Parts: sequence; C-alpha cells; structure tokens
Amino acid sequence: MKKYTYTEKKDTRSGFGAGLLEAGKKNPEVVALCADLVGSLKMDAFIKEFPERFFQIGIAEANMIGIAAGLTIGGKIPFTGTFANFSTGRVYDQIRQSVAYSNKNVKICASHAGLTLGEDGATHQILEDIGLMKMLPGMTVINTCDYNQTKAATIAIAEFEGPVYLRFGRPVIPVFTDPDQKFEIGKAWMVNEGTDVTIVATGHMVWKAIEAGEKLAEMGIDAEIINIHTIKPLDEEAILKSIKKTGCVVTAEEHNKFGGLGESVARLLSTELPSPQEFVAVNDSFGESGTPDQLMTKYGLDTINIIEAVQKVMKRANK
Amino acid sequence: MKHTINELEDIASQVRRDIVRMVHGCQSGHPGGSLGCADFMTALYFDVMNYSTDFKMDGIGEDLFFLSNGHISPVFYSVLARAGYFEVSELATFRKLNSRLQGHPTTHEHLPGIRIASGSLGQGMSVAIGAAQAKKLNKDKSIVYSLHGDGELQEGQNWEAIMYAPFNKVDNLISTIDYNGQQIDGPTEKVLSLESLQAKFEAFGWHVITSNGNDMDDIVKALHYAKSLTGKGKPILNLMSTIMGNGVDFMMGSHKWHGVAPNDEQLATALAQLNTTLKDY
Repeated sequence: MKKYTYTEKKDTRSGFGAGLLEAGKKNPEVVALCADLVGSLKMDAFIKEFPERFFQIGIAEANMIGIAAGLTIGGKIPFTGTFANFSTGRVYDQIRQSVAYSNKNVKICASHAGLTLGEDGATHQILEDIGLMKMLPGMTVINTCDYNQTKAATIAIAEFEGPVYLRFGRPVIPVFTDPDQKFEIGKAWMVNEGTDVTIVATGHMVWKAIEAGEKLAEMGIDAEIINIHTIKPLDEEAILKSIKKTGCVVTAEEHNKFGGLGESVARLLSTELPSPQEFVAVNDSFGESGTPDQLMTKYGLDTINIIEAVQKVMKRANK
Repeated sequence: MKHTINELEDIASQVRRDIVRMVHGCQSGHPGGSLGCADFMTALYFDVMNYSTDFKMDGIGEDLFFLSNGHISPVFYSVLARAGYFEVSELATFRKLNSRLQGHPTTHEHLPGIRIASGSLGQGMSVAIGAAQAKKLNKDKSIVYSLHGDGELQEGQNWEAIMYAPFNKVDNLISTIDYNGQQIDGPTEKVLSLESLQAKFEAFGWHVITSNGNDMDDIVKALHYAKSLTGKGKPILNLMSTIMGNGVDFMMGSHKWHGVAPNDEQLATALAQLNTTLKDY
C-alpha cells in the first residue's frame, strides 16, 4: 500500500476559496455570485481582490442561477456559491432550463454537501445532489476529496467551457493530494495499485478508503484504490481496466446509494463487465443532527464499513 | 425612426398572419398572447432595438431581448424571421419534428436570435438582469429588454429579481409586462389577482411607465421614452396593456385562445381580418 501522510487538516471549501481567487487572477471574465453565505463558501479573498466582479444576491438562489446564466451571455464565467442543498434541489428547474438546456457556462459550486455538514441536520444535509445533477444532459459533476484537489478543480473548471456542478464540504479533513497537481476533468486518479479488489471512492470517502486500504494490507488484502472526482463524465476506461484485474468493486460516497457514484459504476459494469459490487453509501435515508464523525459512523460511511464491504464483495467474487 | 407607424402596423399585420398560420400548421401552440404582443415585438425589433442579424451569442455592443413567457414563441419566431435572423420559410417548421423552432424557444437547436431557453415560467427576468450586469462589466452601453406575462408574475422567482434589480441599480434593463389579464384557467383576477402591479413595482424601486401595447404609436413612444430613462439608477418597467388575441375578433379578450389552434375555417376568418400582407411564408 502506497503511503499517504498529511501534515495538516483543512476544509475542502477553503480549497474552493483559494482556487476561486486564483481563477479570478488568471481570467478577468471569472465572476462570483453568492446567496448570503460568503463566509461559509470562503469567498472573502475573491471579493476583496475583485469587488466589482462579485454579486451578492441575497437569499434568493433561483435568482442567482438565472443571473449567472445571463452573465455568461456577456462572456462572463460565473461561479455561484451556496450550500449543496440550495445549489441543486432548491433550484433544479432553474438549472435545468436556464443553465443545462441552454448550455450556459455556469459553475455551480456547492459547499456543505452530505452528512458532514453536521449539526444543522437533514434540512441542510443533501444526499441526493449528485443524482440530481448527473441526470442533466451536458452537466459535468465533480466531487473533490481534499483542499488541494478542490483548489485545483476550481481552477480547472474555469478553463473548461460548459456547465459544471462542483461539490465539496464543510469539515476539516487531511490534506493528502499534491499541492501542485494538474486537475484533469473526467480523469480518474490512481491512489493505489492493487490486485484483490477495487475501491472506487469520491469526496470525503477517499481518505477513508486510504485508511481502509492500509488496514486491508495488514490483513493481506491488496486493494486498488481509485479516486473518481469526476462522476460525470465517468472515467469508464480506468474503472473497467481495474475491475478486469480485480474482479470486484466497492464504491464509497457520502451520498444516497440511489443516484450516486455507485449507481454510475453499476450501470457501467452491467453492460460492459458484470462484476460483484458493494455500496458504501447512505441507505436511502435523510440525515440528522450530530457531529460529522458521529453521523458518518451512524450512517455507515466509516473506514470499517469499507473494510466490511471489501470482505463481502471478495467473498461474492470467490476470492 | 427606422419605419413610419403605418409601416410598423403593416409588419405587425404580417406577424399576426404568421402567428395564426404557424399555430394552424401544427395544430398546437399559443396564439392568444402571441397576437397580443405582435405590436410590441414589431416595435422592438423594427424600430427600437439596435442589433445585428449576424447572430453572436454574446451580443456585445447590441441591445438584447429576452422572452420570459416562452409560450408566445410564434410571435418571437415570426419577428426574428421577418427581421432577417433566418428565412421566413422556416416558420413552416414550427413545433414539428427536427425543427429549430421548438414549442418554446431554445438555444439548443441554435436558432439565431435566441439566447436562452424559456417556457418554464418566471426565469427570464433573472437572466435579463445577469445579461445587463455583464454589459455593465463590459462597459457596453447597450440595453437589455425583457418581456413577461402578467400571470407569470405569480412565479416567486420574479419577485427575487424584482427586488434585486433596483437595489443593484440595474438601469440598463427595460422589462415589459404583457398586462392582458388572462391566464390558462381564466382571468388573472379570478385565478390569483395581481392587484396593483404599478404600486408593487414602484414599491420595489422600479421606474414604472404604462403603455397601450396594441396601439403602435403609443407603444413606440413608450419604448423610446423608456430608453431615455435608462442610465438613471433604476430599472424600467413598462406596464403594457394588451388584449389577448388582438387582431382576430373571435380570439380577442378571452383566455380560451391562450393555447388553442384555429381550424381551417377559423384560419380563413382570421386571415381575412388581417388582410395587410408583406407576403406569407
């Protein structure tokens, strides 16, 4: 198992804030919009540097999406910022008609996704957003795993033409990816090569997959770990190549098992390479109040859940 | 003035002929609101707006128009074709398979002149505001126009946009409300009354003007007056009274022709009433 270490923990949303500032410096057409959550989205540095390129919309997310769509017409590259729940479910029809169907170059940037939002509870903890967004034709869907990857992804989507949903989170988590990485949309990242089982993880579950991989190695199981940061378009080639080798897969995501990364992998495998698969995901439920760690444990999104899923899927694959 | 009032009225007559023929041709679509807005759309595209029919999405240096109540696509398509964005013969494909003239306007089929999809109501004002703010960032002095149904104002997103535009001094925006008092299920005052739109918009900080959208002289004057009000710190709202179905007597003033196509006999009657033609497609 390749060794991953970290010296600090940071939130992915701060990676977004840093990436937004850099994207803004690189391209004067980059603008930002926020629906009364500037601090939560870490947009302060961008606003300080480019006050005339920031639009405070107020608590009016539908209007924010529409204004962003309109800004693209004048050649702007708008980044909208609010919580994942208000970035997707609340404004689905606005995104569908004014952004996706109209093919507008809007970057919908969503913080506080999933259970790790914590104490605010289920009203704010969306676990359906990946599904909502990936169903929209032409929408690129990205869920990043640490500060550095989020920063790199934010810079990369500014250079990409087309609507993007960028999903990140609230809690501080280990920073373990390369600070100088080049983020390639739609390209899987090989975290660890292995032969016994494939673990496909996204977002906050990537670090947990690494922890699981270390424990599995101690148990004599050689896990291949792939980070799928871009859920759509899916890097089908990387996934198929890995599962051809290992014969079984565990998918891990902080999302409902319905509509998430796991279903995308299952759809791919069902037509191309039928293989045993286990899902580490929320079992079709809403969340609740609690600390992020408590919630990840209660809803089955811990390192141990990945290990158990690996054992189960290998058994099913007769390994 | 690019055209005399009489010339504009003749164009509007042809646009009305196009509308009833398009809707008859596919036996679907929305003639009522389209006919009511024929004079406004003609005035806008043949007298008021500055634009190039060599279509570029960004429209930099051009006035832009956004149709929020996308169901009145027949009047939009007719005016775009008559203005020269595409061949008038293409109007015959309206709502048919493989057409660029979809039931509701879309950028998806790359029809020149269209910059956003609309149809799901209440989204156009936000888009127009965004386009207007982009113009300000680009130091582009041209104007953004938008059109909205009155019933459409029942959608909440409008009020987010109506609150935002004056606060942010979006004063390069002229939004028009097609105030015909009708919606699918009946008169707006029976379905969900709008009460005083003028007072509502003024309370939100708009500069409100009123006009008669079925009097060419009045609507041309109103739009030029609205233009003179731009750049003064407030968005402009043109509260435009129209009669749904205007120009075809049996369609006038009733919500029953909101989304119903005429039969052969009704088409002949309508065309006889709209006898000024510049040549049908």
